[in-house]
Amino acid sequence: MDGVISRKHWEDARMGMTIIEKILARASGAAKIGPGDLAVVDVDLCVLIDLSFSRASWREVLKVHDPEKAVVVFDHDVPASNRDTAAMHVRGREFVRRFGIRRFHDVGPDQGISHVVVAENAYCLPGTVMACSDSHTCSAGALNCAARGLGAPDLLYALTTGKTWFRVGETVRYDLHGKLGEGVSTKDLFLYIAGSHGDHANQNVEFGGSALAHLSIDARRTLTTMGAELSAEFATFEPDQVLIDYVKARNPAPFEPQYPDPDADYATRHRIELDKLSPMVALPDRVIRNAVPVEEAAGEPIQQAFIGSCANGTLDDLAEAARVLAGRRVAPGVRLLVTPGSQRIAAAAAKAGYVQTLLEAGAVVTPATCGACYGGHMGVLGPGETCITASTRNFRGRMGDPTARIYMASPATVAASAVAGRIAHPGRI
Amino acid sequence: MISGRVWKFGDDINTDLMLPGPLLTASEEEQRRAVFSANRPGWVDQLRSGDIIVGGRNFGTGSSRPAARSLRNLGLGALIAESINGLFFRNAVSFGFVALECPGVHAAFEEAHTAEISIADWTLRNCDTGAVLAISPMPERLLSLMTSGGIFPVLEAEGLIASKAAG
Repeated sequence: MDGVISRKHWEDARMGMTIIEKILARASGAAKIGPGDLAVVDVDLCVLIDLSFSRASWREVLKVHDPEKAVVVFDHDVPASNRDTAAMHVRGREFVRRFGIRRFHDVGPDQGISHVVVAENAYCLPGTVMACSDSHTCSAGALNCAARGLGAPDLLYALTTGKTWFRVGETVRYDLHGKLGEGVSTKDLFLYIAGSHGDHANQNVEFGGSALAHLSIDARRTLTTMGAELSAEFATFEPDQVLIDYVKARNPAPFEPQYPDPDADYATRHRIELDKLSPMVALPDRVIRNAVPVEEAAGEPIQQAFIGSCANGTLDDLAEAARVLAGRRVAPGVRLLVTPGSQRIAAAAAKAGYVQTLLEAGAVVTPATCGACYGGHMGVLGPGETCITASTRNFRGRMGDPTARIYMASPATVAASAVAGRIAHPGRI
Repeated sequence: MISGRVWKFGDDINTDLMLPGPLLTASEEEQRRAVFSANRPGWVDQLRSGDIIVGGRNFGTGSSRPAARSLRNLGLGALIAESINGLFFRNAVSFGFVALECPGVHAAFEEAHTAEISIADWTLRNCDTGAVLAISPMPERLLSLMTSGGIFPVLEAEGLIASKAAG
């Protein structure tokens, strides 16, 4: 593939570009791109995860386009829980040695979920293009990065040639205003969007508005990570000073954030007042058009509660769980599992006293990993069980047995439910 | 021309149903056997080579796991859906599995109808009812990758990855 762009059917070629269009135009060397185009772009960052090296996915690589643009993060099964994944890790370490990959996160103090590690080191710079073979790669959109989950063959193409392709879709803009109330998070905002606006297949979502002043990078990352569940091509935030300071504190490399043009051509524009949101929960089996206010599911007995994943294993999330659990106890017969997004977060949570609070409440705090979110290890569900999870998906069978039922909510709602022994509103326990 | 017997699925069919998490590191054969085992147990045993899946909106939502490869490995002729998740679509291109979007397809077919797909003129015909629908065209390059075995043969030919036999 080369850099040719097939220009097609823009509504109006004079209109400006959205954030994603600007980043992709720059990366493909085109002056302008728009919906319907096929963009072939230079990839600034390729992230390989432990599953990239699984025997079902990995193909022996003979040449890496640029080892300085590669990052390897072991995350799905760390520390290895079985011989298959231990062998997968061995293959990954051999690859890292052979090609001299400098930025490698193995089991240890800088272990974590790839999307969390990529953000906390600001490997994904504003205005750049990032590829990784995990669907929640869109997480880095919070850092104004055009980040997309690819398949394993796509990722090997990007790793070995330095390029990939994107079909450019139209962009839906969400303008966020006001401030979230106590016990309400961007997870609830996501559930509101997925519940009322449905999927965004073949579209990009862009977030901006005056509420950004009150939204931490952690909170923004929860929202962009869940962009995968909207089936969005990309999910990005407008840059602001909070973001620029966050990146500069973590990565000395120069970068150029991309703002949308004032006359950017959006398919739709939605305005959301954050003050009006309340805690939501997704009912079992699917995320889209399946969320209700917590009150409607309240009282449902649970056996497991989980807080973790690339979406909800942030320091903000652990702080929120600790706030709800302080001075309370997890109900008998309920397992509350908390998995920090990275070991760095685990250390910060320990220093801040959150871990102590969680342990005293009866939670089990695990090492950082994708773990229970995908039914891999450390919290797999058994037949007929019910779980409420602050993670990424509630698909049938996702976290273990296909007869288990999975509700999905915010860390505050999950913590409150663990205390109540049944699904509960975080403000009413 | 691709033609085959239709199996119908609804909206938001996710990748975890096609490739359950516990099998992410299993062999391709084990993965193939587990397709839709949670929602349609025994389905893989009823398939004939060349059968076609008709899907609803947002088919393949979920993870980057190679679910499209499992559908290809089952010998299915194609997937044709109202809309397809972008990541699932990428994997269909990359693993050489024909996946097409066709607004109206879900209402136009019942299970066990015969579908006939003509990529040359982007049309889909229901051989039982005679209905003809327009398939959404895709860029020529992606179509060519999708119908010629996907990305791995390209990378092998360019010496960027080892051939499977050698690896």
